[in-house]
Amino acid sequence: MSEVALKEAGVTTVDRVESRGAALGRLRLFDVVFLRLTRGAVFTVLALLSGTLLSLIVGSMPAFRAFGLSYLITETWNPVTEKFGALAPIYGTLVTSAIAMLIAVPVGLMIAFFLTELCPKMLRRPIAIAIELLAGIPSIIYGIWGLFVFAPFLQKYIQPFLIDTLGNLPLVGSLFEGPPYGIGMLTAGFILAIMVLPFITAISRDVFDAVPAVLKEATYGLGCTTWEVFKYVILPYTRVAVIGGCMLGLGRALGETMAVTFVIGNAHKVSASILQPGTTISATIANEFTEAVGDLYTSSLIALGLILFFITFIVLAAARYMLMRIQQRAG
Amino acid sequence: MKLVKFALATAALMAASWTASAADLSGAGSTFVYPVLAKWADAYKKETGIGLNYQSIGSGGGIKQIKAKTVVFGATDAPLSGKELEEGGLAQFPIIMGGIVPVVNIDGVKPGDLVLDGPTLAKIYLGDIKKWDDPAIAKLNASVKLPSTAIALVHRADASGTTFNFTYYLSAVSPDWKSKVGTATAVQWPAGIGAKGNEGVANNVAQTKGSIGYVEYAYAKQNKLTFTKMMNKAGKVVMPTSESFQAGAANADWKSQPGYGVILANQPGDASWPITASTWILVHKQPTDAAALGEALKFFAWSYSKGQDAAKALDYIPMPASVVADIEKMWGSDIKDGGGKPVYAMTH
Amino acid sequence: MAITAANSLYIRRRSRNIVAKTLAYAATAFGLGWLVLILGVLLYNGIGGLSLDVFTQNTPPPGSAGGLQNAIVGSIAMTALAIVIGTPIGVLAGTYMAEYGRHDRLASIVRFINDILLSAPSVVVGLFVYEVMVAPMGHFSGYAGSVALAVIVIPVVVRTTEDMLRLVPDTLREAAASIGLPRAHMILRIAYRAARAGIVTGILLAVARISGETAPLLFTALNNQFFSVNMNAPMPSLPVVIFQFALSPYEEWQKLAWTGALLITVTVLALSILARSLTARKQ
Repeated sequence: MSEVALKEAGVTTVDRVESRGAALGRLRLFDVVFLRLTRGAVFTVLALLSGTLLSLIVGSMPAFRAFGLSYLITETWNPVTEKFGALAPIYGTLVTSAIAMLIAVPVGLMIAFFLTELCPKMLRRPIAIAIELLAGIPSIIYGIWGLFVFAPFLQKYIQPFLIDTLGNLPLVGSLFEGPPYGIGMLTAGFILAIMVLPFITAISRDVFDAVPAVLKEATYGLGCTTWEVFKYVILPYTRVAVIGGCMLGLGRALGETMAVTFVIGNAHKVSASILQPGTTISATIANEFTEAVGDLYTSSLIALGLILFFITFIVLAAARYMLMRIQQRAG
Repeated sequence: MKLVKFALATAALMAASWTASAADLSGAGSTFVYPVLAKWADAYKKETGIGLNYQSIGSGGGIKQIKAKTVVFGATDAPLSGKELEEGGLAQFPIIMGGIVPVVNIDGVKPGDLVLDGPTLAKIYLGDIKKWDDPAIAKLNASVKLPSTAIALVHRADASGTTFNFTYYLSAVSPDWKSKVGTATAVQWPAGIGAKGNEGVANNVAQTKGSIGYVEYAYAKQNKLTFTKMMNKAGKVVMPTSESFQAGAANADWKSQPGYGVILANQPGDASWPITASTWILVHKQPTDAAALGEALKFFAWSYSKGQDAAKALDYIPMPASVVADIEKMWGSDIKDGGGKPVYAMTH
Repeated sequence: MAITAANSLYIRRRSRNIVAKTLAYAATAFGLGWLVLILGVLLYNGIGGLSLDVFTQNTPPPGSAGGLQNAIVGSIAMTALAIVIGTPIGVLAGTYMAEYGRHDRLASIVRFINDILLSAPSVVVGLFVYEVMVAPMGHFSGYAGSVALAVIVIPVVVRTTEDMLRLVPDTLREAAASIGLPRAHMILRIAYRAARAGIVTGILLAVARISGETAPLLFTALNNQFFSVNMNAPMPSLPVVIFQFALSPYEEWQKLAWTGALLITVTVLALSILARSLTARKQ
């Protein structure tokens, strides 16, 4: 039997017992070496994550030693007096991502609803591929498109309209104050929404398709409308996976750099109005890292990176956990 | 198989990289000086074949890179103090001067129409003046029709020597600005959008209606932005021209500060432009790569003698000849390689 | 009485259904509309600047005409090196998870971590490589840029390799074991061969992914306005050049930025379509 094995392994026929033993030994050695190699590769993957975390922690130590935990709630960002605070970037990251999710989740779910229930079978694949193309466009393209096409459009038509109408309402008005810059947190949030949309659509569509047909048919049989089937059967059944998909999109939105850097306005301020410029963690790092003079400045930026890492890690871990549970349930 | 071919190709590429590349100079820093530096580099390459790889990342970036020794020279419009020069083992010398002009984007207002003065500019940037038809602006501009649109402020997001000179000027003319914001390469701006580099400010102002920003004059000229007139210390209204920049620099006593670190803003004189500034080059007194620094100094000597026409075409002001002679003498005496020999050999 | 009540409920349900359907159609039109708008503007602005010069001239100083040759070459070089570094590690790790460690605790932990790395912000990767390569080395380099890109390549390749190897039916593996073929040889000669198309797809997807990445290159490879194949020095790349040119006020630079953006998008979309067709053919 080992003859066949040796031949498959490319070893030419051996007659003497010792050489055969040696050849088999070589094969064994190769087996072990290969296993070690693959294990080593796996540990490399682990090392990448822990290495990233470690280098971020080490790099941000000077900043945390200087500012303590109040770094997280200080708005000041003054490279000259060397007083830094992460409040404005964190606020901007959360606000732009919130705007993105507010737009992308309903739209993405509705597109998935369309693709699974309403779309003619022939158009299903092309439209699905088209939506996925949105995910394939590199983020820097979103950035320059946002800066040159979308922002001027917002500045000329939409923002003045928002300021004049919604800006005058009692409570909501403070969200829409300020001169129409064109760029700002709303613009960045909107562009993030377009970027995140395909993720939510893709995952939702997959899980919607996986709902057992018998459930849907039974509900239709009771006389429910398409919308009611969606609302009372499909969505509850796929709830966990949909939430997981949305959180995946959120993770993407939180970490997005290039699209946001172009249109966020780079102002280290916390503003109530979403029409105002702001900054996000990734935009701050991308803009300021190469010119950060002084160890404390560099360390503060790395501390921002650490904060972002934690935020996205938590969101992504929760998302993956939820999606994993669905996969386990599906078997 | 494909993978092996891939690996071989990459190995060949890496092998090629080990062979000596041409002595390309590397520099980084000020965006203020970039337009004229780029023109010089282009002409110098045509003449000598040596290229200049300059990263226009802002004065702060230039200071950081030269201190980290990742570039041969840094360029900054915010001079380092004598102490910082000592600590870093750096030599500093001015290379060129120019003017910083406010630029606006208002419908119906053409270049040179609008007049601003220091205190009003400070109030605008403090956020105290919010609309273009504010009485303070209207007072200076009786003949200009000002719309009641909101002012969209643009400032620098990066550590900038242009900002340093601009805020130095605002601090000099407005005690309010001095106490609330102060002078630095990067400050806590009370309001407005942050743009990267002079380039970014120019871009943002060009794209945003009702905006105001501050840029080096070459950026306003090259991109046809609407610059404003300014009222200077003597109370006279001046246009940003090479003559007014020259007047603004005329009184400088270059030897009075270590490393020639004289700030030119808010100088007296009827014809002076109030926000004139200069750019300094930073190099190591004992460089790790003496040959590269020697080439860089040759480039700067070339720009002092042969680059002035290109500079004047962009309305930059050349350094006075006496200062240039002093600078080149300093190169010979202060900048030495490991063996104690001067890096720069005067050819004339 | 009862009929009217039932009627109005029915009407309400009907109208809700119609509203929902309309919203769904509108949402799809919304999504597709942005795609058309973005690609349309990209084509319109990018094609105008497309010429032979773009591929034969280097990036110009402001105010002059030029091309993107050095940026294109730099991008290709760093992408190639990133694939060379990242693919072996990714394939081997994916192999472990699919072959040796299917029910291993180690494998499930790594699978979880790999999926997180897959979606991690790329700017953090740039920071990591800056700390471990650029700072100790003292200068920016194409090597650092390639390593940063490799860190992004690895999770993609690990995921697709594992998925593709998992698709190979176990009967093949059992047959190999029954004739006494050692595990490693079985993997190399049987499993890899069967999953070949899928693994190549993974590599193509990884290339597509890193072709558009800008943030990790910003503080590893920096930029270079001249043609350079010196990997040990700052290296130009298409995304970083686009970043610089788009934020500038110079018209020639902005035009080149659009053209570069078009080149990247076409490359990425072509690779995605190629990858998709490879797996489709397999099925």
